[in-house]
Amino acid sequence: MAEVLLRGLAHSYKPNPGKPADYAVRPLEMTWEDGGAYALLGPSGCGKTTLLNIISGLIKPTQGNVLFDGKDVTELPTEKRNIAQVFQFPVIYDTMTVFDNLAFPLRNRDVQPADVGRRVQEIAELLELTADLKRRASGLSADIKQKISLGRGLVRSDVAAILFDEPLTVIDPHLKLVLRSKLKQIHRQFNLTLIYVTHDQTEALTFADQVVVMFEGGVVQVGTPQQLFETPAHTFVGYFIGSPGMNLLSARLLAGRVCIGDIPLPIDPGSLHLVPGDELVVGIRPEFVRYSAVATPDALPVQIVRVEDLGNYQIVTAKVGEQLVKAKIDEDAQIKTGEAWLHFPAERLGLYLNGKALSSAQPVVI
Amino acid sequence: MQKIQDHRAWLLVLPVVISVAFSAIIPLITVVNYSVQDILGPGQRVWVANEWFINTMRDKDLHSAFLRNLLFSLEVLLLEIPLGIAVALALPASGWKASLCLVLIALPLLIPWNVVGTIWQIFGRADIGLGGYFINNILGISYNYTLEARDAWITVVIMDVWHWTPLVALLCYAGLRAIPDAFYQAARIDGAKAWSIFWYIQLPKLRGVLLIAVLLRFMDSFMIYTEPFVLTGGGPGTATTFLSIYLTNIAIGQFDLGNGAAFSLIYFLFIQIFCFLFYTVILRAGRN
Amino acid sequence: MRLLLDSVTRVVNGQSHLYAMSLTLKPGLNVLLGPTQAGKTSLMRLIAGLDRPTTGRVLVDENDVTGLPVQQRNVAFVYQQFINYPSMTVFENIASPLRVQKRFGPDELKQRVHSAAAMMRIDHLLDRLPAALSGGQQQRTAIARALVKQAPLLLLDEPLVNLDYKLREELRTELGQIFAERDAIVIYSTTEPLEALMMGGNTLVLDKGELLQMGPTLSVYHNPVVQRVAEVFSDPPLNVISAIFEGGRVLLSGAVAFPLSPHMAALPGGLYHIGARPTHVALHAKSTRDIQVPAWIELVEINGSETIVHADHRDGSGGEFHLVAQLRGVHTFGYDQQTTLYLDPQRLFVFDQTGTLVAAPARNGNDAQRQEDA
Repeated sequence: MAEVLLRGLAHSYKPNPGKPADYAVRPLEMTWEDGGAYALLGPSGCGKTTLLNIISGLIKPTQGNVLFDGKDVTELPTEKRNIAQVFQFPVIYDTMTVFDNLAFPLRNRDVQPADVGRRVQEIAELLELTADLKRRASGLSADIKQKISLGRGLVRSDVAAILFDEPLTVIDPHLKLVLRSKLKQIHRQFNLTLIYVTHDQTEALTFADQVVVMFEGGVVQVGTPQQLFETPAHTFVGYFIGSPGMNLLSARLLAGRVCIGDIPLPIDPGSLHLVPGDELVVGIRPEFVRYSAVATPDALPVQIVRVEDLGNYQIVTAKVGEQLVKAKIDEDAQIKTGEAWLHFPAERLGLYLNGKALSSAQPVVI
Repeated sequence: MQKIQDHRAWLLVLPVVISVAFSAIIPLITVVNYSVQDILGPGQRVWVANEWFINTMRDKDLHSAFLRNLLFSLEVLLLEIPLGIAVALALPASGWKASLCLVLIALPLLIPWNVVGTIWQIFGRADIGLGGYFINNILGISYNYTLEARDAWITVVIMDVWHWTPLVALLCYAGLRAIPDAFYQAARIDGAKAWSIFWYIQLPKLRGVLLIAVLLRFMDSFMIYTEPFVLTGGGPGTATTFLSIYLTNIAIGQFDLGNGAAFSLIYFLFIQIFCFLFYTVILRAGRN
Repeated sequence: MRLLLDSVTRVVNGQSHLYAMSLTLKPGLNVLLGPTQAGKTSLMRLIAGLDRPTTGRVLVDENDVTGLPVQQRNVAFVYQQFINYPSMTVFENIASPLRVQKRFGPDELKQRVHSAAAMMRIDHLLDRLPAALSGGQQQRTAIARALVKQAPLLLLDEPLVNLDYKLREELRTELGQIFAERDAIVIYSTTEPLEALMMGGNTLVLDKGELLQMGPTLSVYHNPVVQRVAEVFSDPPLNVISAIFEGGRVLLSGAVAFPLSPHMAALPGGLYHIGARPTHVALHAKSTRDIQVPAWIELVEINGSETIVHADHRDGSGGEFHLVAQLRGVHTFGYDQQTTLYLDPQRLFVFDQTGTLVAAPARNGNDAQRQEDA
């Protein structure tokens, strides 16, 4: 178990990085608490794998330090850091049996045979591999092989953190669920710090207690799945999480009110320290937009241009001035194209300036 | 995946079929013809059925040549395979240095085989050869491959190792490059030492490549002709008379066509069976 | 153009990859929906002419093309893996099918390539090599190459499966619009029911080599003729619960029973399978009619805007079944928590023992018997 602290950490492939775009991982400060389950979520190229490899020691950061429980491990190679890593495709020793695979890390550290046997049996039982212990590792299916990879990390009693690099990539879809629940079970039982890299929002949000969303090398938000859904701190989080993503509409300050086009929104702008001329973006998730066939106070008049029936729900695309808004509506609602009204509940609206949410500055200390 | 049948493809193969027929199949039939008859002269032929075969199988010199060849193949394999693996492990993984090294070690493979024989023939001579002179005069060891059977044997083996280890090294190099980095990373995380990494990761992953290397080297060394012929002519005595050299002596040297033909066919069959066995093994290993 | 498949089958090495099926395709979007190994790729290859059917015929506009190889049919195919000529630029890649046809002058060729590239929004990448493009851009190039041919038959075999989900969302909408503007038979295969619903058009449901149902997408969705169609057309998986209809009531297990709903009223007593879509399993009762199911939560999945709950119902007398609920919004639950889930009886499908649909929920405005919520 370990608390992982990243201090002034950054990484660049250029010798003299100047602008943020030169960095693969932009300068950041972060604390990963002991025993937490974290996910690093972001699109390809956002820097999540680089960050993971810096924590595991496979890459040395060009700036900053990595500390495990207060001890500076930045200069230490992977094998000295008490971490285990599970890769995208299963890494196992073909010529050995499952038992020997699991025992390998212990035997390399000169653990007594009796202890090796006991520990391997414990972990095999946890991962439901007991029946396969005597079999050769090479002929087994991908999900069992990944369990073995995971098991090799769990057998060691000195493991502080387990890092996962998109581990379910090669697993059959119907087995992914089984492995995901296994990971949650392990987290509950061992209380290890787990860090999981993925570009799949379902994997990240299901697995982690705290999700670190990354974009273009920077961390844009750290929060629980609920926070990421309900209060995205960055327009990218609004876009990336949820399907379809958040509606992002251009707005501006007109006559003291925040307006989309000419239509004022039900928000009090006084608290927001806005300057006339600021380019604002208003965000609201399609799930929270309410439809009404008749005018109601505080509702915006729109033109419904498309209604898609997706079986369980409908997606309504409407034009607000020149911009498009999507709303997720119940399957039973009868909606026709043409004139309608959409209500944006004030508590569900997010205001963004230059991508960042205005209501609060979210610190990245968890 | 099933392709649509297009029978015009057979026409494209026809020229090859015809040339192979002329250069290989018809001569093969001729050999079969010679192996079952005693042809004393034009128009004088006697059907002897399997007499030549029995004769040839009883030939003691043949047995010696066979065992000699087996021993040679075995020694050569035992030297070339480990050496090739070691060279491959030592080569850099990428960059201009890798390209340079690969070109250098590939040079012996590019030399025509009789030239290889000639190179070593001169190299090993005690009077004008660099190696021969060095061993005899600087090291003080008496070395003469034309007179001493042991020296001839050692020279032929070393020549083959020099010539063909690069092939094994190149195959293993390609095999090593195919191992994803994650395996090395995982092994380091598991605390494995260099030897464990070699034994548990690299060697198993080289299995397919090594199988091919063993197959190729065994076949080629079992059929070896040019290099030892140029180097020693089969001598001194019968010290380096391998099967192919022996066969040539019978058939062309002694003009004993019956025996020669029979033995050719047995030799041919032996190699075929061996190839088939190895091919099956590789295929089954590939399926796993 | 009309495409007709007449009792085609495909048997490979003694195994049936496709069982006998006959269908007619007209211009428009047709989605092939089915799990992996259902036979979608086999069927597409048959239609394109890459494989011959073992029995049966393929007819295009009344002409028998069964023996005709694919080079002689006017077909465009897009694969799952991003297939582009690696040594040609994007421009050359897109231009290649036109060059083969040798019908176009350089100006017309350029104009067509630019127009296809603009449609796929890659017109700023025309000078690059495929290796310098991202996955999404490579697949756009492959699709542009297929579109530029303007072939009357366009096949796409799970083209978005190797892209991350946000790219998939974007491309899906774009593709839907592009296909709507074409006068070609477009066949698009996928394993995701949501994609079928989003793309619209007709859907052909395949499972284990059999064509189970074919028709307008929403119609197949709301009226699955057999249980397997409902199961294939549902992600997360459809909840199927064995039930006994007796004396005007439905018995799901010892503890869960409810009166027959209007749409089931006409069914005789006996054993049935009840189908409930995960979105119709809720955490709160919407009306007094809702069926209460006490359950233990096994696993919770969050996919951004929805929460999927896997729960088990067990009653003391050995009856048990599994329920999957799809809830809007993000909810957290404790481990092994007990809760009550609610089913709306008016939204349940009923299948008989052979799997045939015998009762489907009423749809808006279709069934006057549908009761209003209190």
